[in-house]
Amino acid sequence: MEFAELIKTPRVDGVVLHRPFMPTVEGTLCLTGHHLILSSRQDNTEELWLLHSNIDSIEKRFVGSLGSIIVKCKDLRVIQLDIPGMEECLNIASSIEALSTLDSVSLMYPFFYRPMFEVIEDGWNSFLPKDAFKDLESMTDEWRLSEVNKDFSVCPSYPPLVAVPKDVDDDTLRKAATFRHSGRFPVLSYYHKKNGMVMMRAGQPLTGTNGRRCKEDEKLINATLRPGKRGYIIDTRTINVAQQAKARGGGFESEANYPQWRRIHKAIERSNVLQESLIKLVEACNDQSHSMDRWLSKLEASSWQTHVKEILTTACLAAQCIDREGASVLVHGTEGTDSTLQVTSLAQIILDPACRTIRGFQGLVEREWLQAGHPFRQRCAQSAYSNSKPRQEAPVFLLFLDCVWQILRQFPCSFEFSESFLVLLFEHAYASQFGTFLGNRTAERAKLSLPEKTVSLWSWVNRPQELERLSNPLFEANSLVIWPSVAPQSLLLWEGVFLRWNRSSRCLDEAYEEMVHIIEYNKELQNKVNSLRRQLAQLETEDPLLQTP
Amino acid sequence: MEHIRLPKVESVRLLDRVSPRRSRVGTLYLTATHTIFVENEAGVRSETWVLHSLVCSMEKQAASASGCPLIIHCKNFQVLHFVIPRERECHDVHLSLQRLSQPETYEELYCFSFNPNVDDEERRQEWDFLDLKADYRRMGLPNSLWKLSTVNQHYKVSDTYPADLFVPESATPPVIVGSSKFRSRGRFPTLSYYSKENHAAICRSSQPLSGFSARCLEDEQMLEAILRSNPRSDFMYVVDTRPKWVLAAGSAGKGYENEDNYSNIKFQFIGIENIHVMRNSQQKMLEVCELRSPSMSDFLEGLESSGWLKHIKAVLDAGIFIAKAVAEEGVSVLVHCSDGWDRTAQVCSVASVLLDPYYRTLRGLMVLIEKDWVSFGHKFSHRCNHQVGDPKEVSPIIDQFLECVWQLMEQYPCAFEFNERFLITIHSHIYSCQYGNFIGNNQRERIELGLRERSHSLWSYLWTNQADYMNPLYRPDHSQAQGLLRPSTAPYCFKFWRGLYNRFDRGMHPRQSVEDYLSAIQEETQQLEEQLASHKQVGQNLSCLSFSETKTTTTFDKSPTAWALGTDLGLANTPQDYTGGFITSSPCQPKVPDSSLILQDLNQTPETNLSNGSDQESGIADLSCRSPLSEDSTRDPDSDEAAYSAA
Repeated sequence: MEFAELIKTPRVDGVVLHRPFMPTVEGTLCLTGHHLILSSRQDNTEELWLLHSNIDSIEKRFVGSLGSIIVKCKDLRVIQLDIPGMEECLNIASSIEALSTLDSVSLMYPFFYRPMFEVIEDGWNSFLPKDAFKDLESMTDEWRLSEVNKDFSVCPSYPPLVAVPKDVDDDTLRKAATFRHSGRFPVLSYYHKKNGMVMMRAGQPLTGTNGRRCKEDEKLINATLRPGKRGYIIDTRTINVAQQAKARGGGFESEANYPQWRRIHKAIERSNVLQESLIKLVEACNDQSHSMDRWLSKLEASSWQTHVKEILTTACLAAQCIDREGASVLVHGTEGTDSTLQVTSLAQIILDPACRTIRGFQGLVEREWLQAGHPFRQRCAQSAYSNSKPRQEAPVFLLFLDCVWQILRQFPCSFEFSESFLVLLFEHAYASQFGTFLGNRTAERAKLSLPEKTVSLWSWVNRPQELERLSNPLFEANSLVIWPSVAPQSLLLWEGVFLRWNRSSRCLDEAYEEMVHIIEYNKELQNKVNSLRRQLAQLETEDPLLQTP
Repeated sequence: MEHIRLPKVESVRLLDRVSPRRSRVGTLYLTATHTIFVENEAGVRSETWVLHSLVCSMEKQAASASGCPLIIHCKNFQVLHFVIPRERECHDVHLSLQRLSQPETYEELYCFSFNPNVDDEERRQEWDFLDLKADYRRMGLPNSLWKLSTVNQHYKVSDTYPADLFVPESATPPVIVGSSKFRSRGRFPTLSYYSKENHAAICRSSQPLSGFSARCLEDEQMLEAILRSNPRSDFMYVVDTRPKWVLAAGSAGKGYENEDNYSNIKFQFIGIENIHVMRNSQQKMLEVCELRSPSMSDFLEGLESSGWLKHIKAVLDAGIFIAKAVAEEGVSVLVHCSDGWDRTAQVCSVASVLLDPYYRTLRGLMVLIEKDWVSFGHKFSHRCNHQVGDPKEVSPIIDQFLECVWQLMEQYPCAFEFNERFLITIHSHIYSCQYGNFIGNNQRERIELGLRERSHSLWSYLWTNQADYMNPLYRPDHSQAQGLLRPSTAPYCFKFWRGLYNRFDRGMHPRQSVEDYLSAIQEETQQLEEQLASHKQVGQNLSCLSFSETKTTTTFDKSPTAWALGTDLGLANTPQDYTGGFITSSPCQPKVPDSSLILQDLNQTPETNLSNGSDQESGIADLSCRSPLSEDSTRDPDSDEAAYSAA
């Protein structure tokens, strides 16, 4: 298909762009296959380059012959384009609509994007399972890397290589997979070096109404327990939801069949509820006419902060079981691709200092989200402004990032990256020139040949200038477990995302610059003092030699 | 002493507010000024001190097998949950504290017994530290438009006003006195803030007694005089900070200025609720803060229904209106409410903070509180319940002002010289009665009490300890530290002030403080600057000596050959005294106070109090997935709770 067919009017002059907290710009609007571009054709004025895939929805308004298109983006920004001429306006609008809702993955921008930077390290190879396993091997010999899923036949949403207990053979895995939702048999998510405890994740067990059991599944997860030790199963659903799942063939691990495990139910909501929550929250944030009462009541009614609290609490619980109780943990919800991943990844942020570095965090996103089969394409197809009925959309990943931000706020010196890294990941998960977040699972990515045909986000991030931009000047390596507070008073609205376009951030940006300045000046002085000290030491050590005639 | 029925109770338990299963056992002592809880545990001597004057209310609950619970709520928002073994003892403690926390006379207040060991001369200096006349001079007063009036010298015109007041040059004593008779409590229009740049002024007063369409020529002349003292403006605003419906209801004899009688005024209502609404609102909010493991909805719903943030927004909105009138329109404003000592004080002082960068400095904020609150007769003793009195007079009006400043600090992190701790410390001492500044309800009362002679001043204490209260992000030349602040008052810009209202719930606060980190860095930077200077000095001396080739055989001899030989440092046998002396005189070890500070902090937090914060909050305790074994390992002596000290 040619993009040109969809572009009815490629160019309009005299278009006025309105953006929040920025002066209006008049210029020429151009539509390309992947971008909406506004150029004022003047030096040193900003241009707008907007990916069509970033557009969530548009609205048209007409006053006489002047048409306006209100463009609502997946990154939550809202801009307005005033277009002279009704026909042009209609053409532009329908072109944008068509281009921003292309169904075919292979038409997405990452397949056309050519990097303007030098790739120092190919991000597609930066976080391979076999490399992650090498780290594990250096700590323990109780696990092995199984190739049972090498052709994605046992579990379509798992990567070809997964870490499983050494004593469990591939046949057992195959059988266990038939007993778990979408074949997602229990695999290793995290190994806690401090005490050798582990966190595993899986899909729900398919016990059904008649309480089916699977010896292999029991064997598999029992193999992760030390003799005489008990483990915890964290089911991210309430007991009611888990009970109901039985009617659809799902279920949970019964005490009778899993006597060594204690099951805990939490209440993390599922996709539709979360998507609705996001829509309500963004609506509340965008309504400027609020009274205080209305704002607080809408914020409450959105339940967003409730979800943040619940997810964070569950992650703390998992971390606590591992670190404090010295027990292994298995986490699952229904599919094991959403709330499960929120919990396992956040628990690692809490427990493992390595995950709080820039590279470590990339590794975490790669392992626990991309390779673990979070269906990014489905979940991030639409954002908060979509008019269409939500299908599979849900801000599961955004909630995870929000939770990380909450921990970052509470431990501002313990993360190597700053808030901007989290915002960047949010943006790229929804619309990107990079291939990283395309597709729903490793199998799909392999089929699309993403590593060959697109550039990895990590290739771009892992360059010195980007790393510097994303790094946290306050960072001091902290090897400890960090326990966040989950009291409502401690959990804040993530302004950097939800109020980003609604209020001027100038004063906060200035404060950030001031902070950077204080730290850099200190470093500069340290260097000066050290070099002077060396010079002096030299002077001093030199002349005493003369003193001993 | 006669009020202490029981000076000491053994085996008292102090429960952790957030996870009651974690408690400490110790001895409770009642002294003349404090309640002291000393933990018994071997090895730890953790003490919790609570000033009697900070006790707000007490709740004695029904006794159970484990003892009799006594919950103490403090005015600084600390909540202590004691369990006293025997009902009888609990009863005695309760009665004693009830009496001790509610002095019947001024003489019983803590400020008269608090003795920080300074002589009379130093005490005088303490009280002279702030000079309001100097602040008026800073504004450029007196000048040709405004003069210092002696009309209230012996508090004869208004007994709740200060002695020194600024009035328009053209306002004669008969006009002032006439106007004062037409105003509640004689609080005639007088100057609060004057803008040197454009001559616009903020004036304050109480309401006019215009209820039955009465008018007063002198009062009209007074406003005319205020208008004329701003030569560039042909009208002025009169801002009534009360909601309009209050006036529509028409309370007998009181009211607002009729635009027909006063020439060239623009009348403006700005609805801020009265002290009773504010008291109830804060009470409701505090109940939300004290909920044990509330859900997000509990918290947000409670916060909303308390209305607290709505009221904060109303005060800030009013301040912004006035600040903009003065700075942007160059128009003078007269502000009043009913008596002119609550809402008027809030609004004038908020406007001043917005207008004048000076009031955003450490000293400036003290001056502002001293001027707009203390000297203009905000009734601190009534509002803060310093002694037994009418509970309907109590209201957190000053809390709201401090919170407005905090909200502004959140929006303008570089605009204020002081930090959050400064506001919280001031808040605490407004209620503690430890210093004389806030005792009494007006200047006349304070002079009668002889507070300058018999108590100490908070301001000089704060000034002496200013290092604790500095905002590392502040620079006097920063753009945020200049001119008018134009904050956003969109509802989402207002935050819940956890640092004050949940101040003692340490588990709720960020575990690492960016501000402390930056302060430590700045301190280190300062040391480095000094070292750099001294190294340069030494370096210069050394090189001078070496190049001047003074061949005196001293240890400093540096002949050119020494340079050549010196390249081989392997066996450098440096004289101990010289090198040693050098190193100790200017520390050569790369000092990293910042990082050690953070790590130290962390060592405590995650291993100790953190766990207690997170496991209760994450609901783990309720899930009973905790083995008895780990109970001990995570238990911690929470030493910081004892950190509240009288000093």
